[in-house]
Amino acid sequence: MDKPILDIKNLVVEYRTDDGVVQALNGLDLTIMPGETHGLVGETGAGKTTAGLGVLRLIASPPGVVVDGTIILDGKDVQQTTEKDMESMRGYDVSMIFQDPMTSLNPVMTVQDQIAEVYELHENISHDKAIELTHAMLELVGIPAERGNEFPHQFSGGMKQRVVIAIALAGNPKLLIADEPTTALDVTIQAQVLDMMKQLKKEYNMAMLMITHDLGIVADICDRVSVIYAGRIVEQGSLEDIFDRTRHPYTEGLFNSLPNLTDRQQKLKPIKGLMPDPSNLPSGCTFHPRCNYVMDICSKENPPRVYRGESHYAECHLYNEENIMKGGVIERD
Amino acid sequence: MNMKRKSPRKKGPIFEVARRLAKNKSAMIGLAIVILLIVVAVTAPLFYSYDEQIIKQNIGNRLQSPNAENLLGTDALGRDLLGRIIYGSRISLYVGFTTVAFAFVVGGTLGALGGYFGGIVDNIIMRFMDIFLAIPGTLFAITIAAALGSNIRNLILALAISSVPGFARILRSSVITVREVEYIEASRAIGASDARIILNHVIPNALAPVIVHTTLNVATIILTIAGLSFLGLGISAPTPEWGAMLSDGRTYLKTHFYMSLFPGVAIIMTILSLNLLGDGLRDALDPRLK
Repeated sequence: MDKPILDIKNLVVEYRTDDGVVQALNGLDLTIMPGETHGLVGETGAGKTTAGLGVLRLIASPPGVVVDGTIILDGKDVQQTTEKDMESMRGYDVSMIFQDPMTSLNPVMTVQDQIAEVYELHENISHDKAIELTHAMLELVGIPAERGNEFPHQFSGGMKQRVVIAIALAGNPKLLIADEPTTALDVTIQAQVLDMMKQLKKEYNMAMLMITHDLGIVADICDRVSVIYAGRIVEQGSLEDIFDRTRHPYTEGLFNSLPNLTDRQQKLKPIKGLMPDPSNLPSGCTFHPRCNYVMDICSKENPPRVYRGESHYAECHLYNEENIMKGGVIERD
Repeated sequence: MNMKRKSPRKKGPIFEVARRLAKNKSAMIGLAIVILLIVVAVTAPLFYSYDEQIIKQNIGNRLQSPNAENLLGTDALGRDLLGRIIYGSRISLYVGFTTVAFAFVVGGTLGALGGYFGGIVDNIIMRFMDIFLAIPGTLFAITIAAALGSNIRNLILALAISSVPGFARILRSSVITVREVEYIEASRAIGASDARIILNHVIPNALAPVIVHTTLNVATIILTIAGLSFLGLGISAPTPEWGAMLSDGRTYLKTHFYMSLFPGVAIIMTILSLNLLGDGLRDALDPRLK
């Protein structure tokens, strides 16, 4: 079996502020194989972005502190790497696409200079050669090379996101972390950008961590899916496992919150309540105050991790080894 | 390269600022006067011989009213006033610009480091700046002049040191704002080092308020030198200096008022034009402030 490109084990990250300790990640486990597209799905504040930044060791410190856990990126322990080695890995072995293309480009630098910076940082080549490579990269993401000497404000949102993607791909990374890359775009542009990303991913054969709250995007491009709630993976499995053999009540809640285009009479069934305050998480299963199937035990004990197959598991008191196989504990249409 | 389509003009943010500045009439008047002053100051040796006409006393020709030969008249020692005012602009602009350049580089560097790294680095730098900020600039210059002698070098040093904290504070605060922006995180994510991030990404985006401060600070420095020289503490005779000339003219105010008037007008024009330019730059750099 191949070695995983990214292996996160029991990652615990806290943000320690004067107002209290915010538990952003509580024992996150995540493994991504080469070439795999892994979806990380969850609500705002679940710790998705923290997980992404953790891989690059870019969690702002202070206030962020990695309390426990290991992150193995391409065989190297991210926590133990020197800052200099980390700099040479960022953008080269692993790169990140940020959420908002409007703010993730430097307004006073031409687009081509910003892409060329990646080549200059990692390839040790002249500026002219870097610009040449940049032009090829621009064409690859569907921007005419001659627009390279324009500034970000002369581009539309979708074009800017293409530039951001070009910057991320310039280092030819083994792992691409995409943090809600299409959230700031309209649906038509979203579709174009996703399509392009899918194609480029195939061409470059890189692994991708797709951080999103949009299950539509997950269905479109992911191979495997992790559902994150309050800094912990509550259910993980292949795309089919998660979509067709849903086990965790939270995952069910996410699906029920989606509007149904074919049945316009159907009412939305949102998950009741709000994301818990991460500085004051509920005891036991962190989801129990919002869960429709809550039992006594849920507030007292942490739920066990129950495997349905080799790669599909849920962390929930509803299940034991036997009933997770046939499911039917939760109702999902 | 594909030449079919003419590539669009490179219209960066600097172009935008220049365009907005060009629309501002008072700023353009200010800029025109500043450029005129610089041109006159630089080309002065072509028209006047410093030793023969500016320094050398010519008692026979003293206290002439403005006439064809001496357009602005002559002073009590028979030297041509226009020539002395023009040479005076060399002194004022030289001291003004070198002082500000020094303060810009030193203060800017300290402010950028403090703002970017924050924490203890920031604390140490800014507390030192606070100490310097507590000493009035003019007083500091007088002290330095008294202790080390009043020559141009000491004057520049004293004024520059007291200008440093202003630059440090302004750049620090705008660096703190820029530091939090997503493209800084994005450039860290492509593997850029701190030095590269500061130089390539933070400073170009944080410079706008400092540029305005630079322009206005040149005006302040020129005014301070004139003030010090007026009091006899700045640049000493026979070097032509506007403040000193103004002071010399006081004795003859009743009979030859223009001896004080013309240097005064030169000071006012310079300060006014720099302030107009500075205000225009501020509006051009941040259109929301209007």
